Amino acid sequence: MLRAHAEVAEGDELPPLHATVTRTDLVRYAGASGDFNPIHWNERVAREVGLPGVIAHGMLTMAMATRLVTAWAGDPAAVVECGVRFTRPVVVPDEGVGAELEITGSVTQRRDDGTVAVAITARSAGQTVLGRATATVALRC
Amino acid sequence: MCRVACTAVPLDSSFIGRSYPPTAAYSVGREKIREFADAIGDDDPVLRDADAARAAGHRDVIAPPTFAIVVSLRSWQTLLDDPELGLDYSRVVHREQSFTHHRPIRAGDELVTTVHVDDIRSAAGNDFLTVRSEVADASGEPVTTARSTLVARGTSDQQGSA
Repeated sequence: MLRAHAEVAEGDELPPLHATVTRTDLVRYAGASGDFNPIHWNERVAREVGLPGVIAHGMLTMAMATRLVTAWAGDPAAVVECGVRFTRPVVVPDEGVGAELEITGSVTQRRDDGTVAVAITARSAGQTVLGRATATVALRC
Repeated sequence: MCRVACTAVPLDSSFIGRSYPPTAAYSVGREKIREFADAIGDDDPVLRDADAARAAGHRDVIAPPTFAIVVSLRSWQTLLDDPELGLDYSRVVHREQSFTHHRPIRAGDELVTTVHVDDIRSAAGNDFLTVRSEVADASGEPVTTARSTLVARGTSDQQGSA
């Protein structure tokens, strides 16, 4: 159920989300999204274009970051705007374990129109991988 | 390395302001939404179960907010198919992405996307291409505005000679 605007205060922390991304997840996301750029599955091509190895689709990281918000809001339709900058690649090694993603967020603004602004942080291997990650969420009034 | 870098040429800034013809309609299916939800690990029932979606006030299952990339990517194909622009997707990395949802995408939608080139600039030896995909439904009503900044790596002489 959609979260009530009245129950939210600026500074509220969203429940954090921990996810693991493996090469299998990248193949699955490539198929689901239609993004078959080989840098997300082919080590040789990734290195040829100067990357340290196969990297996750930025959009998969953004999807995880958005999940943090939709799960908290109670309805995926509540996210009326979202935006990110992909600041560091999420390198996904081919050793079966994959890359860890740690997503956190907090309410930065509560507006009179029934929306709130959420700032999101995404980290992998101890470094932030998204910049300016924000969402505008329309809550129940 | 040379194969990639030596054939690269900078993108032409005269493409700024250009828009491409609308895409063919994309039919949003329940199973495609489920497949996408599986790929991003989202188990929300409103993405998977029409009854749950209706109980939450939606007409049918809805798509997660970043599902709009599916139709955005298809709209980029018109750019990639433009030999005059000369964009090589294997050299492209995604720099920025935003979505403004005028309403949620839902199963049964017939989505038509028009892609606009909003900006092209060069910095640090790379080209930055900002593309806006305007997604509308069958009646022409706006559904989503998707803005993407793509970086074509190593299109300058600096990187080409490296």
